[in-house]
Amino acid sequence: MKRIVKSKEFAVFIVLLALMVFFSIASSQFMQSKNFFNIAKQIATVGICSVGFSFVLITGGIDLSLGYQISLDIVVTAVLMNNFGVHWIPACLIGMLLGTSIGLLNGFIIVKTHVAPLIVTLSMMTILKGISYLITGGLAIFKFNDAFVKLGQGTIGGVVPISLLFLVAIIAIGSFILNKTVYGRYFYAIGNNVEAAKLSGVNVQRVQMMAYSLCGLFTSIGALLLLARLNSAQSSTGNGYEFSCLTACVVGGVSSNGGKGTILGAIIGCMIVGVLENGLAIMNVNEYIQEVIKGVVLLAAVIYDTMSLMKNERVKKMKAINAEN
Amino acid sequence: MIGDTILRLNHISKLYPGVVALDDVNMEFREGEVHAIVGENGAGKSTMIKAISGAIEPSRGTIEINGEVYDKLTPKLSREKGVAVIYQEFTLVPVLSAAENIFLGEYILNGIALDRKTMEAKARELFERLHVSIDPKVKVADLTTGFQQIVEIAKAISKDAKILIMDEPSAPLTITEVEAMYEIVDRLKAEGVTILYISHRMEEIFRLSDRVTIIRDGRYIATANTDDTNKQQLIKLMVGRELSENYPERDKTAKEPILTLNKVTGNGVKNISLEVKRGEVLGLGGLVGAGRTELAQLIFGSEKLTSGEILLDGKQLQITNCRQAIEAGIAMIPEDRKRHGIILDMSIRENTTMPCLERISSHKVIRSQEEVNVTGKFEKSLRIKTPSIEQKVKNLSGGNQQKVVLAKWLAMDPEIIIFDEPTRGIDVGAKQEIYEIMNDLANAGKAIIMISSDMEELIGMSDRVVVLCKGRMAGSLSREEISQESILVKAAGIE
Repeated sequence: MKRIVKSKEFAVFIVLLALMVFFSIASSQFMQSKNFFNIAKQIATVGICSVGFSFVLITGGIDLSLGYQISLDIVVTAVLMNNFGVHWIPACLIGMLLGTSIGLLNGFIIVKTHVAPLIVTLSMMTILKGISYLITGGLAIFKFNDAFVKLGQGTIGGVVPISLLFLVAIIAIGSFILNKTVYGRYFYAIGNNVEAAKLSGVNVQRVQMMAYSLCGLFTSIGALLLLARLNSAQSSTGNGYEFSCLTACVVGGVSSNGGKGTILGAIIGCMIVGVLENGLAIMNVNEYIQEVIKGVVLLAAVIYDTMSLMKNERVKKMKAINAEN
Repeated sequence: MIGDTILRLNHISKLYPGVVALDDVNMEFREGEVHAIVGENGAGKSTMIKAISGAIEPSRGTIEINGEVYDKLTPKLSREKGVAVIYQEFTLVPVLSAAENIFLGEYILNGIALDRKTMEAKARELFERLHVSIDPKVKVADLTTGFQQIVEIAKAISKDAKILIMDEPSAPLTITEVEAMYEIVDRLKAEGVTILYISHRMEEIFRLSDRVTIIRDGRYIATANTDDTNKQQLIKLMVGRELSENYPERDKTAKEPILTLNKVTGNGVKNISLEVKRGEVLGLGGLVGAGRTELAQLIFGSEKLTSGEILLDGKQLQITNCRQAIEAGIAMIPEDRKRHGIILDMSIRENTTMPCLERISSHKVIRSQEEVNVTGKFEKSLRIKTPSIEQKVKNLSGGNQQKVVLAKWLAMDPEIIIFDEPTRGIDVGAKQEIYEIMNDLANAGKAIIMISSDMEELIGMSDRVVVLCKGRMAGSLSREEISQESILVKAAGIE
């Protein structure tokens, strides 16, 4: 019990509760169950993408191309379904394959050229944006197969959104990979000390490529749910998702400096971002002010993350003295 | 005046939550003396230094410098009063040049621009005083650990310190560098500088110091004139029990050769041919930069051969990365433990199973119980002192961290183990344990390659010593031929 209370996830959870109390006092609409399922549907995509994103962050990388990966994934899937008449299941599989390939490409360039992940994925973002607009010409593609749309809009028994089930499944899979498999262990090892990991025989390049590929795969699953929910594909759809995911992860304690964090933390971070966006919208806060607030939240989270890292260094030194004495 | 008290600690205590780091310590230091301070890791030496340098505030007590009494010092005040410290952990900026590091914060300016020429010339003078040839323009990151330490020393002496505190300055240095440093200590002493010399190494305490103070468990134990005491007495006072810094005996029956190097070239070493046998400890001697660590990197596959071959059990090894070397049964305990040996923020369990993770998993899923068993086994057999295997490695002492490095390799059951400076920064008690483990491994038929800059250790532990000089083999010494002189002569390349 003491361990739970002391954990970072618990602290983030308290922040989430505080936000919810605040919004329920500020607006009567917030505390309605309908609104909660709205939030759930909205955060399904950010949540699923954040699972992959946290893999990349834990290895010490970053993937800024995530937003336009979503755009390209949905545009390609939409074109396959509507223009080429491909059945929605194979179309989705192709979408997931595309997402994985983009992730793999990011990872491949990063490990082979040693260019900073920030730069590689920023360039990739622009490339993907360009390709996606080339395909759509800036126009929306809409109306898909009902069975497919149901994945994003439907509920089970009129209560639980189907997309929420996907989110839960991805959280379970992500946590399993991170905690129970050799890859999860290697993600943390590389993020903490890449040299020591390499000298312990870890195939650092392969593991890093793995992290980016998984990020691409999970992103494409989130993208497909988004496509189903919106029942429309536009090249601008994914814009800003990388920002939401980064904020969610960092707020939830996944360090932007690598090596630290949990899926649970990232998901609580997503809930905070989701509640914040939803609450501000319900309160009719000006859209541009919302942008400012989101930026401030990310900045504050990153500052807190880095400061606590520095404080840890000091605590570590003190602990070392204590341990020795 | 020489011989007067220049620095005095009055009833200094430092309390941390739950721990007393210093307990009512009284000490006095005389102007112009070399005063050695000895104690096991965690005896409170570092805390004491920090109190004098102003890095921490004592909980109780006062510090007196040149007759002026202070409740607490700040780093700035301490520096103004002439105190300079060379810490164990370097304070250098890797991307700056040696000269820029020496004058960091006190740059010599030429108008508003940095006067690099003057700084470099002054740095060169300092290096000449140290009898080392370091190019002042070279980036610190490109220097070896040994040379970085020398830049650190140059930086401290550039400030005309009255009281120079040296925290294990010789630990990363090699024989000639240590000799050069001794000379500098002697010269500074002749100039009237007071030197507080913290060290684990007995021979240098007797070589350098006028007086020696022993502290243990945060308490002052005794001060003696160095001439009036001896090694056994000091060790006894340090550990509070009988313990000799002896090298344990071992069956000296080396068996068949396991590893053969044939004209190995690359990574800065040239034409190295040697043989390592099962059951022996092969020492690698030489100066910093002689190519010992570089040779180890070639064997371990972290650097590539340009020519020559490495044979394992008579079969040629094609190693292009560490993974392959590890699979072939080679392990390396690296010199820089915190950077290369362990992952500080991960637990003992996670560190221990890092190399063998694939072996204890099925379809990439880790078998948790087996992981706990493997870690527990080595926690017991290596006597790692910890409340739990879930403890993060950063919370362990240096000796226990080194045991975790050992544990992770022993879990792979390697045939050849390379120890690069195995006991650096480790206290007397843990050192002894590491030696015993090395002997047990040799007795079990493993081949051990040991790189060491500690002469006593190299002589005490090795069955044979291969000496390198400037990347080439300077000679091979059998058990009977090993002596300080014979190693030094070959290391210096005199023959």
